[in-house]
Amino acid sequence: MNESNKPIDLSLLQPVLQKYEGQQRDALLPLLHEAQAIYGWLPREVQEAIGRTLHVPLAEIHGVIEFYTMFYNQPTARRVIRVCEDPACQLRGAQTVMRALERELGLTHGQTSADGAVTYEHVPCLGMCEHAPCALNGDKPAGNLTPELISAFLAGTHPEPSARVYGGPFYMLGRVGKVNPVSLADYEAHGGYRALKKAVAQTPEEVITAVEQSRIVGRGGAMFPTGRKWRFTRAAAGAVKHIVVNADESEPGTFKDRVLLEEDPFAVVEAATLAGYAVGAERGWIFVRGEYPRAFARLQTAVQQARAAGYLGRNVLGKAGFHFDIKVRLGAGAYICGEETALFEAIEGKRGFPRIKPPFPTTHGLFQQPTAINNVETLVAALVAFDMGVTAWRQHGTEQSPGTKLFCLSGHVTRPGVYEVPFGLTVRELIEMAGGVKDGRSLQAILMGGAAGVFITPDSLDMPLTYEDARATGVPLGSGVIMLFDETADLRHTLYQLAHFFAHESCGKCFPCQLGTQRQMEILHRITHNGGVRAGDRQALLDIGLTMTETSLCGLGQTAASAILSALKQWPELVPEDIA
Amino acid sequence: MSEPVTLTIDGKEVTVPLGTTIYQAAQQAGIDIPIICYHPHLTANGLCRICSVEVKGWRVQAAACVTPCADGMEVHTRSEDVICGRRTILELLASTVNLEEAPEILALLKEYKADPERFAEGEQRTAPLYDDNPFYIRDYNQCINCWRCVQVCAEDAQYTFALTFNGRGFHTQIGTFMGLPMPDTTCVFCGQCVGVCPTGALKPKRQALLEQGLDPDEIFRQTRRKRKQRQNA
Repeated sequence: MNESNKPIDLSLLQPVLQKYEGQQRDALLPLLHEAQAIYGWLPREVQEAIGRTLHVPLAEIHGVIEFYTMFYNQPTARRVIRVCEDPACQLRGAQTVMRALERELGLTHGQTSADGAVTYEHVPCLGMCEHAPCALNGDKPAGNLTPELISAFLAGTHPEPSARVYGGPFYMLGRVGKVNPVSLADYEAHGGYRALKKAVAQTPEEVITAVEQSRIVGRGGAMFPTGRKWRFTRAAAGAVKHIVVNADESEPGTFKDRVLLEEDPFAVVEAATLAGYAVGAERGWIFVRGEYPRAFARLQTAVQQARAAGYLGRNVLGKAGFHFDIKVRLGAGAYICGEETALFEAIEGKRGFPRIKPPFPTTHGLFQQPTAINNVETLVAALVAFDMGVTAWRQHGTEQSPGTKLFCLSGHVTRPGVYEVPFGLTVRELIEMAGGVKDGRSLQAILMGGAAGVFITPDSLDMPLTYEDARATGVPLGSGVIMLFDETADLRHTLYQLAHFFAHESCGKCFPCQLGTQRQMEILHRITHNGGVRAGDRQALLDIGLTMTETSLCGLGQTAASAILSALKQWPELVPEDIA
Repeated sequence: MSEPVTLTIDGKEVTVPLGTTIYQAAQQAGIDIPIICYHPHLTANGLCRICSVEVKGWRVQAAACVTPCADGMEVHTRSEDVICGRRTILELLASTVNLEEAPEILALLKEYKADPERFAEGEQRTAPLYDDNPFYIRDYNQCINCWRCVQVCAEDAQYTFALTFNGRGFHTQIGTFMGLPMPDTTCVFCGQCVGVCPTGALKPKRQALLEQGLDPDEIFRQTRRKRKQRQNA
């Protein structure tokens, strides 16, 4: 009997529906996740029952399921094997792992086994690039896979990877690997909640001033001054305000937030609470990407323990009138939801379409209410800086970029991992700290800032890693990605992979990105794998690039050609103008 | 009238009430900015971006239909990059869907010297013809994803919520809950979606039959029979 013809036993869903009875549309994503955990997918009857419970039109539920790649309205196994297909993993042997897995399972991308037990997928960057090549077996992460390890991986006996952190001095990563991430007591024993106690002894304005003076700017890539964002949100009119933690880390090559979320989740909870106090927001949200099940579980544990201990809830720390609580939300496979307004839409239970700005989140954010949305590392940096004090913080780094920063080194590097270093080191120094290029090969290219970043050549290695240099050179620090490509890497193929990523992740809202990412990918695919360069290709890529960069609605489209345009400039021979 | 703001568009000074969009201000000044998805009676979503213009000092271009004017703004509607963007968007569209029944877009292709064959090697966004009710047919081969039908079906007019989106990115297509035929959805056959469709993707059934050369009596027989079937169902 075909899986789709089996009768659906709705009684299994009843306890879940009862739990959500009376809730609103913002419960849609969590409810879909819980329903899918029961059935493996979301049959029509289940969607109809969910629609009745939350009073959401069926067409809208359908649209949401269609948008997020981790929701299925076709029969799918409860256990999905997801293998990363993006550059950092490809550079370290993902292809051979994929072939071995496909042989072992007898499945290709998107297929489910005949017995309905397992589904196999190639997926965008899983944010475990320091453990490349990596994959998820259901909720269980695995790294450093080889064809020989496939049996252990599928059996679930291959050990989960643990954090690889390097550099120093360690402030943001200070507890990583030392603290038990699911123990509030251990967090407190390692200096946890010292900063929040210090904060509530001051006025919110004083906290904001300290964060302003620490000169922390957004570390998801947008570089907006954090203190100013908090001040705007505090000043905005509205009784209900929100703190949103953007933990939808999905930029290919980025895994720093995952390490913080998994290894020190209480720090993220404390940092959000500190922001809530400063901004005057009572509602906190942590939106974690669907591909981070381990981070999601640990955050939920942290929030529960913090609430039980009075660190969340009403009159936090006994401070009269300081109310703050947090909901943890799980994404479902959509890079676009890292864009702040698309993330709001996702929390609100909608397709992750970015909104038109202005208005900005500080006045019209989540539920159209004033919202301070910050990246995970940004919040933890603010927590650390506030804890140590502005003077101590500014003794690290440079005048314009004080403190330390997390960088994600991946690809052809000897010791991939998260590096916490003071601002101002050069790219060369950081690469040397990571043991240089893997296997002593020579360096061909470095991708800075992620798929939405730019390529630089080995000639630019002496560039200091600071925001002022990033602004001056146009080489973004982005989310801290530094991905190395040695002399053996096929850069054309890498460009195709980046283009494929954006075509896969474009939300489909505005025309230039929706259509441009597709054509950009097709042209690069033909150039790389199906016939080579044709006359007009270079100009076509330049025109598509300009159009997406200049006219797209959001940051995804505006950067979807960034790395490709930079490569065309650095290495014109990749797509030459004149075709012989 | 709220407080006025003064800006220049292509060197021409324009004074408009606060909250006026660049597109509206340009209209007032007699300056033509092309539009595709924009409809004066519907929520503007800034989807097609064909109305993008340069604003001095801005990092990227602004969609004129959704960008409010500000005092001292300097807008350029026909710079080289603006023209390149418009031409490229038109070329991308022409390579994706059938624009035969979208005369305004075809006129823009001509005006901007866009080559409809430039990206002809690319995948087209295709769909079967949906002829599932006596009132209108849906041919998404002609759909540009302007969202107008979805909007009038939802909060912009009817609150019917029969329409939604399938897929994502390039493969986004308008559809119904689980792909159900229109009579099995919440559709009330108000016809507003057909009225706002700019490309002929949605078309009255009778118009489609007339175009096929059927005579009015035959058309009446066909559409009436289907209605009866539905009543009996």
